[in-house]
Amino acid sequence: MSLKEDKIMLSHGSGGRMMHQLIEELFVKNFKNSILEEQTDAAILQVGSTEIAFTTDSFVIDPLFFPGGNIGKLAVCGTVNDLAVSGAEPLYLSVSFILEEGFPMKELELIVESLAAEAKNAGVQIVTGDTKVVNKGKCDKLFINTAGIGRMKPENRHIARAQNIVPGDLILINGTIGDHGIAVMNARESFQFKASIESDCACLNRLIAEVLEKASVKFMRDPTRGGVATVLNELADKIHFGIEIEESALPVNKGVMAMCEVLGFDPLHVANEGKVILVVGVEEGEMILEILKNNPLGTQSAIIGRVVEDHPGKVVLKNETGGRRIIDSLSGDQLPRIC
Amino acid sequence: MKYIDEYRKKDLILSLAEKLRKVSKREIVLMEVCGGHTMAIHRFGLTSLLPPTIRLISGPGCPVCVSSQQFIDTAMAYSKIPGVIITTYGDLIRVPGSSTSLEKERANGSDVRIVYSVLESLEIAREHPDKRVVFLGIGFETTAPLTAAAILQAQKEQIPNFFVLSAHKIMPPVMKALVAEGVKIDGFIAPGHVSAITGTAIYNDLVTVCGLGVVISGFEPVDMMQSVLMLTEQIESGQPAVEVQYQRVVQKDGNLIAQKILEEVFEFRDDTWRGLGMIPKSGLGIRESLSAFDAERQFTVEVPASTEPKGCICGQILRGLKTPVECPLFAKKCTPSDPVGACMVSGEGTCATYFKYRS
Repeated sequence: MSLKEDKIMLSHGSGGRMMHQLIEELFVKNFKNSILEEQTDAAILQVGSTEIAFTTDSFVIDPLFFPGGNIGKLAVCGTVNDLAVSGAEPLYLSVSFILEEGFPMKELELIVESLAAEAKNAGVQIVTGDTKVVNKGKCDKLFINTAGIGRMKPENRHIARAQNIVPGDLILINGTIGDHGIAVMNARESFQFKASIESDCACLNRLIAEVLEKASVKFMRDPTRGGVATVLNELADKIHFGIEIEESALPVNKGVMAMCEVLGFDPLHVANEGKVILVVGVEEGEMILEILKNNPLGTQSAIIGRVVEDHPGKVVLKNETGGRRIIDSLSGDQLPRIC
Repeated sequence: MKYIDEYRKKDLILSLAEKLRKVSKREIVLMEVCGGHTMAIHRFGLTSLLPPTIRLISGPGCPVCVSSQQFIDTAMAYSKIPGVIITTYGDLIRVPGSSTSLEKERANGSDVRIVYSVLESLEIAREHPDKRVVFLGIGFETTAPLTAAAILQAQKEQIPNFFVLSAHKIMPPVMKALVAEGVKIDGFIAPGHVSAITGTAIYNDLVTVCGLGVVISGFEPVDMMQSVLMLTEQIESGQPAVEVQYQRVVQKDGNLIAQKILEEVFEFRDDTWRGLGMIPKSGLGIRESLSAFDAERQFTVEVPASTEPKGCICGQILRGLKTPVECPLFAKKCTPSDPVGACMVSGEGTCATYFKYRS
């Protein structure tokens, strides 16, 4: 085994390079199979004559309740979105709880009600689950795991694989970036910023279905942990073309921008929970942008960049003064500036 | 966004660049002392807008980078004492010490917590009267007043379990030391937030003794371009002076309250800077009268002689003698996810900045 560290560190879970190394050099290496190796947001499985998408996600967010949602809503959205961005129609979810002894029943009720409401909203059913309670101090209040399956249409099969992408293709996003990460951080830490920043946490399956009904999409991914920068870097790596982003085109809420400026964060590295990045052919770009903008979850959608032949495997940001810089994946956690 | 957008205006930046091209005749080297300035220069691609006569070099102004290996190793030794909680600004936990890092010690069971303000550290001390809470005080005149205020607050509330390991440093001695060492510098771009605290007089010596101009600058691209222009004009006219570009924040006398608190808590002492060695009267040690809060006086640990990482040229980079791309480890063995030297760890470190904004 070539993993350098002899203990797990928090950076192994932050969605950056260390986590990728862990996945590649430990998990993929040991679980090796052709489905896993595709490393898409959801595994695509052939069951009889139909294909289904299958995914899972665990939620350990602190605080459990934050502006714009709670861990229950998040647990549904996360899994539904992983299925939806793979081009599948989400159908069924499982929900498992790991509860800490002493956790308030009232809070659990609120969280479960949110799970139910969000599942209904997304048109999925929660059909199985599991409950474990551990001694006080053995987990942080409440952890949730959800898994989900969805129906895969053959015509959407290429989306998760990022096939058919060529230079000139456009990169779209359905709204402002960084809201979730900053909202949660503001709720968790003692900054006392008075900004009313809400998490963008939302199920995107209906929005995505609307787009797929009317147009063809070459690739989709939800930029959660590690943010937009990490998704684009993974994509650039996969397609062997370069990606160019226009800084001025990136939609960022003022409050998020202000907090990022104060803390020294780059919103491109901040997590989202209700965003999808789409890669589409240049001729369909404007039409898809319109579809997105007409949906309540996409009013601030924008074309943020394009696929280019230059600098293969790299993501380059063009700023307003004409400067260009490479945007990397996040390595470790983003930490606030000191002075 | 107010105070941001107007200082990032493209036409203003370009017109300053145009003026600069007209003014600049001699080949000059300007040092931006602060890591925040290095960040701004690279983030906004300002080097490409400068005339070929002007070269900017990065100085020793990143708090994490200049903290000595001995300091990191001492913090690590504290973290292994049972019942000790280490509280620190984030970047520091990833700095490799001689053998390990605080991040790894945390995985090994040490209680190491990231705080955003020293006052959080004080709060942790209040919440855990049975533990001893050590705050790792790093940074310059910008962060030192907050540490000082926390110590005074701890004294006032009689919090017996709050301690500070001070590696706080001040800016002027290291700037003079670089000049004395013979590093070729024609003028300094000085950090605006330092002078917001200290005022402008701290740099007078650089003008009168070293004959070098200093422009105290803000952190946005317009600020930076204007500061380079002001400094170039000084050099071209042969009239070095201390000038304030960052007038919307910096007042001549600085923040008198912060200065008083600093004076009350700290005294100047000789201090070791990573890569630069000992610089007389460049550090801030906690005064004898407040020794109850001084981790160095209250904890006894054995810290073996520190070793700098092999092949790392952080020292030369901090002195402005070399740029990160000249380091054989840069972007190869040394990356932000796997740093060899401190300059690659902090977001404001010269190497991390060059890595992040490489094109």
